[in-house]
This record gives sequence, structure tokens and C-alpha cells, in this order.
Amino acid sequence: MRIALAFIILLAVVGQSKAKTIRVGKDRPYKSIKSALEIAQKWDTVLVENGTYTEGNINIYKSIVFMGEGMPILDGSRKFEVLSIRANNVVVRGFKIQHSGYASLDDPGGIKVYNGDHVIIENNLLYDNFFGIYLQYCKNCIIKNNRVIAFGKEEQQIGNGIHCWKSDSLQIIGNKLTGNRDGIYFEFVTNSVIWRNIADKNIRYGLHFMFSNNDAYFTNCFRNNGAGVAVMFTKNITMMNNTFEENWGDSAYGLLLKEISDCYLGGNKFVNNTSAIFMDGTNRIRVEKNIISANGWGMKIQANCMDNVIEHNNFVGNTFDVSTNGSLTLNSFSENYWDKYEGYDLNKDNVGDVPYHPLSLYSVIVENTPSAMLLFRSFMITLLDKSEKVLPSLTPANFVDTRPLVQSIKL
Amino acid sequence: MIEVKSLSKRFGKFLVLNELNLHLRSGECIALIGPNGCGKTTLIKSILGMVVPTGGDILFQKKSILKDIEYRKKIGYMPQIGRYPENMTIGQIFDMVKSIRNVEYKLDEDLYHQFEIEKILHKTMNTLSGGTTQKVSAALAFLFDPEVLILDEPTAGLDPLSSEILKDKVLKEKAKGKLILITSHLLSELDDMVSEIIFMQEGEILFHQEVGVLTKETGMDRISKAIVHILKKR
Amino acid sequence: MRRILKYVIIDIIKNKIVVFYTILIALFAWSAFGLEDNASKGLLTLLNIILFVVPLFSVLFSTIYIYNSSEFVELLVSQPIKRNKIWNSLFAGLSISLSVSFLIGAGIPLLVYAEPRKALMMIVVGVFVTLIFISLAFFSSILSRDKARGIGYSILLWLYFALLFDGLVLFLMFQLNDYPIEKMMVMISALSPIDLSRILMLLELDVSAMLGYTGAIFKQFFGTSLGLVLTFFLLLLWIVVPYVISLRKFRVKDL
Repeated sequence: MRIALAFIILLAVVGQSKAKTIRVGKDRPYKSIKSALEIAQKWDTVLVENGTYTEGNINIYKSIVFMGEGMPILDGSRKFEVLSIRANNVVVRGFKIQHSGYASLDDPGGIKVYNGDHVIIENNLLYDNFFGIYLQYCKNCIIKNNRVIAFGKEEQQIGNGIHCWKSDSLQIIGNKLTGNRDGIYFEFVTNSVIWRNIADKNIRYGLHFMFSNNDAYFTNCFRNNGAGVAVMFTKNITMMNNTFEENWGDSAYGLLLKEISDCYLGGNKFVNNTSAIFMDGTNRIRVEKNIISANGWGMKIQANCMDNVIEHNNFVGNTFDVSTNGSLTLNSFSENYWDKYEGYDLNKDNVGDVPYHPLSLYSVIVENTPSAMLLFRSFMITLLDKSEKVLPSLTPANFVDTRPLVQSIKL
Repeated sequence: MIEVKSLSKRFGKFLVLNELNLHLRSGECIALIGPNGCGKTTLIKSILGMVVPTGGDILFQKKSILKDIEYRKKIGYMPQIGRYPENMTIGQIFDMVKSIRNVEYKLDEDLYHQFEIEKILHKTMNTLSGGTTQKVSAALAFLFDPEVLILDEPTAGLDPLSSEILKDKVLKEKAKGKLILITSHLLSELDDMVSEIIFMQEGEILFHQEVGVLTKETGMDRISKAIVHILKKR
Repeated sequence: MRRILKYVIIDIIKNKIVVFYTILIALFAWSAFGLEDNASKGLLTLLNIILFVVPLFSVLFSTIYIYNSSEFVELLVSQPIKRNKIWNSLFAGLSISLSVSFLIGAGIPLLVYAEPRKALMMIVVGVFVTLIFISLAFFSSILSRDKARGIGYSILLWLYFALLFDGLVLFLMFQLNDYPIEKMMVMISALSPIDLSRILMLLELDVSAMLGYTGAIFKQFFGTSLGLVLTFFLLLLWIVVPYVISLRKFRVKDL
């Protein structure tokens, strides 16, 4: 038994030592990548030297390390999918991949991984492709430190930065995504983590979940996208320590939650968004320890949301802290800090003695009549709001934080 | 000098001047008299351009005054009740009017000195008595040596001494051949000054006659009696 | 005209109320910036003051001043001077004094605290609002010889533009809720100088970006340089039209 084990280890070591490096470059025997890939064996490294390689669609069928030296350029001539990975255990590292084909039928991408397991894609620059990195039926893959830049003008004419479909256990780490339709797109992706990415100026969403359960995203930054993050038709998503800022414009949100349940939203920062958090058909979500400041709307909670708990958040300097489109409220607010709170705290326990109604009359009016926004900051509105505060008549009475904090929470 | 041609003025429903015709010549001192509300002041204000007539025309030296302002340089006006900006001092009022008129010839400062206005130049208008205000008005009216003087109740509110000073001044100016138009209720004080009488009633001119003719016709020696005589006769 | 103007301005400055107004505005402005934690919040507070206090004071003070100047006007009308010049001098005198008051009161703290572009915009809007409500004062004081009635008209005009107009707009919005009325509402806002100034300023403060769909429409209309020119043209009309009406009436007024 021992001898057998030793033999296996020996075999493995010998097997590894057999792995070789094949260089590709204009002064090397292998001038083209395709020719090098052809002779490469499993576990070999194909090392591509600096230069521009316009070889149409490059396919990798073997478990190899495919590496660039000095950022060689792979160009798709705006016709082809540039790099297709059709094997497990592939590493792609250090390329500038540009000008993939543009089509809407087969979704060509800069790098596309078909049914890959343990594929690592790192330190690449994906420049002006239709899709950036495209994963389908993949498992245990790592997409790390890539830069994806595209120049989309309209949603229909551009793909996503990192597009993941029917995959599991992915790690999307430290990527930077600019100018795509969605920065990162998850559809039927489970048990995956998204960490330390930056998505800015994407046309639709910075990060988009569809039917993707049990995922988490931490410490990402979503800036100036059509909307920061959209989580739709999904369960069990953990959202922590992210920054959502400057997601501005017509129907723009920091975070859009649609038909989701059992999620956690904590420790995030929402600054300067048109609407920081929009909740539609959202159930059993815990929203806590977030900073929600200087937004048009802090939270828009549609009447079809139930059993959400909103606790220990700071609402500071928003035009409207909260708005809703109905009169029914089945969510609970407690111990949040509202800078608009005007109550007092006699027993000095940092909890205001008067409940706070975060829903202003004007926010109700604007919800029903958007053009009333025209009267923003006019006396008429100030007067209406003040009188409503004194004698609440139109705003739902149970929309209330019974324990508002008088001092902001240190977050 | 001044011709008034079928002048009408209507305040709302109330007809104040009704097709008035007048001819005022230089060298005359004319008394404009009549009961209260007969339209004297309105006529004067029309000549001054302060009231815009409803109909008719006024000619000043053969030129219509309706579109003109230059003719006012030749008129000195002393209002019945002088109303002046309250916060301005007498000095400022004189300065301002001087700068508006902007004349180059020598100013006639007789009244200015005789009323001792230089001593009260620093006083603001709201601190003045009615009499002092009248003195200011008189001094301003005569200051620019105008060809026409329009004096609306000039002696009302003046003390006897100042009243005499003013009368002397009027006579002096009349002698220079100026046209002087005076309205007054005190017929007695007009005797030695006026050469013609215009009597107005309800917006119309009852008569316009020389004093000499008037006294001769009625056989009365004083104007007041002559007028009463005429009114009784009618 | 310059000669009369001099006396008008001396007279207004002698009036301690204008000094009080300058101090009041200064007090508001400095405290708005001092108490709020950031400059843009201070700007918004100041905007409210500008749209509330400045119109009220401008229209009331000017109306009272015009009535109190009746003696002055009477004195001048019998002098060889055109009526236009008298009325223009009054308007210019009031405009210059109140604008200077505003510039001293609000302009200095604005330039100290706010971004130059925003500060400049706010100052320009403030001066426009001042002039518009002086012009409205001329309009309401020529309507009646009675001072009390004239002041009443002024207060009514102010109340209308500051409050009632917005109430009517809100009512209209409720009534026409089912129709796409955003563009129409933008047009209607041109009928109130206060609303026009407020929207202009909000756009400059970039809050518009947070206003969602409707904000986007504002931006489309008011945010372009053409929209900006058009808006200022409308504001200019609000100065010119009431004043010219009052001037025409003054030319044939009996004194």
C-alpha cells in the first residue's frame, strides 16, 4: 500500500516536471498562438510575448496555463469571439483582448468559458468587446483583477462586462467594469461571491442578479450606473459593506430589489443616488447599519413589500427619507437615526420620546403625481408638510419608527 | 400768451371743466376766482401739464403744450398747498430744482433773501410750518424769472408781513410785463394787484373782464363788491 | 434723469429700513452658511430666504415708497421734465438701492462660502427677483390712488406668487394626473417668477438629478443653454411688462 502511494506521488512529480513552457512571439519558432496551442500538452504553459495577434477565434481545448508577457494584444477584428475556453483547469493571465465581434444571436465575447471547472481568468484587459468575460455552465472559477472597458451607448448594442450563466461557486474579485450594459450579470448562478469590484458608468446596472440564489457581494463600489445593483427574482443574497453612489437619473436607483426574499443588507453606504433603495415585492429582508445620505429618496418601499426589518440605519440629508405608493405598511422601522427628526429625549437614553413618521406628505403627493416635483422646495409644500406633521391625516399612521435615535450611529 | 381752447376735463362721471375758452395775455395780472370746486385748480394744473385734459387744447405762445415740456421753463408755479418730499432739506429741494431747470441767466433771488430762506436751508421739509412751506414755494416760483407766474392761493397761510412782501413782488413782476395768474378767495387783497378777473362756476367761465370795465359797469370801487353785485344781478 | 436719481437714492438710503433690510439679509445668509454643515445645504436655506423675504420686502417697501414719493412726483411734474424720466428715476433709484442691499447682504457670504458659479447664479437670480417685485410694486401702486389699497394689491400679488400660484398648480396636477402633463407644467411654471427662479436655482444646485423622471424633463428644458437664455428672457419680461404698464398709466395720470 505504501509503495503504491509512493509510486503515485512519484508519478505526479515526474508528470509535473514533464510540463513545459512554449513561447510564442515573432522571434520564436511558434509565431502564432494557434500553432503553439496545437502542440501544447496538458499542464503546459503557453507564454505569449508582446505583440498583436489577429488570429480570429482562438480555442483552448486543453488544461494549460495561457499567459501573456508584456500584455500582448489578441484582436478579434470585430468579427470573432476572441478567446474560447472549452476545457477545465485553464488559467488565462495577462492579455489585452479587444474588438470581439458584435452580434446579438450568439453573444460573442472577449473571453468565453464553456462548461469550465476551475478556470482562472486574471489580470486581463478586455477592451471594446461585445461581452467582456462570458461564463456558461461553469463551476469553481475565479475571475480576478480584470479590467473590462466597453463603449456602449444603448442597452441593445452592448453586452455585459462579466456575464455568468447557469454556474456555481464562482469568485469574482477585484475587477473594474466600465461602460458595459451590466457590469456583472448573474443568471442562475449559485453559491458565488463577488468581492472588491468597482463598477462605474455602466448603462444598465453595476451588478445584476436574476434567479441567482445563495450568493453574496461584499465591499464593492457601484458608481454612476443606470442603477447600482439590481437583485431580481432571487433568494438569500448577502449584501455587505458596498458603496452605492451617484447613480443618477430618470428611474435610477442605488439598489433595486424586485421579487426577492430572505436577504441581508448591512453596513452599506448609499450616497447621492436618485433613489438609494427601491423595494418592490421584497420580503423578509433585514436592512441594518447602512448609511443613507444625500439621496433624492432614501428608501422607496412599494406596498407589496412585507416583513422587512429596517433598523439602526442613518438617514441623513435625503430629500425624502422614505416613500411608498400605498397606505398599507407591513414593515418595521426601529432605532434608526433620522436627521429630520425634531423630537426630544428627556431620559437621555438616546431614543427619542416621540415616534417619528418618516413619510412626508409631499413624498406621498409626488408618488401619486410625479410632476408635483416641480414644486420642490416651494412654501406651499413646506406649509403642507408642516401641517401634516402636526395633524397627520393623509400619511399612513403605522408608517412609523417608534424608537428613533437622537444621535447618529457611528458606522 | 396762453390760449385755452374748448378745454374739457372729466374725473370719472364728474365733469370738472366744460369746453373752456380763454385767452391770457402778457402784462396782465389775472385773478381766477370762483366758488370751491369750480375747477380753478384743475384749470391751473391743466396748464401746468399735471392734469391731462379729456378734450380740447392749450396753446402756450401758439404751441400746444400736450406733447411739450419745454414751455414749463417759462412758468413759475406756486401751489396751494406745497407738498414736498419729507426727507429732503430745503437746500436739497432748491439744488434739485435748479439742476433740473439748469438755467444760465441770473436767478431772481429777491424772495429767497427777503424770506430769509438761506437761514433754514438745512431743515427737512417735514419739520416746516405751513407758512414756511408757502415761503419756499413762493421763492421757488419766482426764482427762475419766468414769463408766466401761476400762484394758487398765494397768501393763504402767510403772515401779514410776508404777504405784503409777496404782493410787492407780484406788482414788480407785473410791471415787467409778465403774465400773472392768481387764484384767491380773499377778494379784498386782489384790489391793487389785478388787471383782469375771470370768474368760474361749475366748470364754466361766467365772465372774463378787465377790472376797470367791471368797476365802471357796476359802479362799485372795490372788486369784491363789484362781483357780488354781478352775481346778485344774475 | 441722473440729477433726480441722485436725490431718490439719497432719500432711500436715509431711510433706515433699507439698512435694516441689508442687515437682515446678511444675518440670514451668514447664519444659513454658518449653521448648515455644508455649503450646498446653506445655499438651499438661502434660496428659501431669497424666494420668501426678498420678494416680500421688495414689493412692500417699493409700494410704500412710491406712495410716499407722491409729493416728490408732484413737485417734479410741474417742472420742465418728462414724466417718463420721473418714473424711470424712481424705478432706477429703488432698483439700485435694493439690489445693492441684496448684494451686500447676500452677495458677500455667497462669494465667501459657495462655489463661484453657484454663488453667481444665486446673486443674479436674487437681483432678478428684486427687480421683478419692484416692477410689480409700480404696477400695483399705479392701480389706485389710495395708499392702503395699493399696499393691499402688493401683498396680494406677493401672496399669489409665493403661495397661491403653487396651490393652483398643485390642484391642476391633481386634476390632470392621468395625462402626461410634465411639459405643460414646465410651461405653466413660467407664469410665476418665483417658481421660475426656484427651478433655475435648483438645477444649478444639481438637486435636479435626484428628482427622477420629472427632474429629467426640467433638465431637458431648463438645463440647456437655450433653456437658460429663455428662462432669463422670461424673467426679464417679468420686470419689463409690469413696469411698462405702470409707466403708460403714469404718463396720463392726473396729479
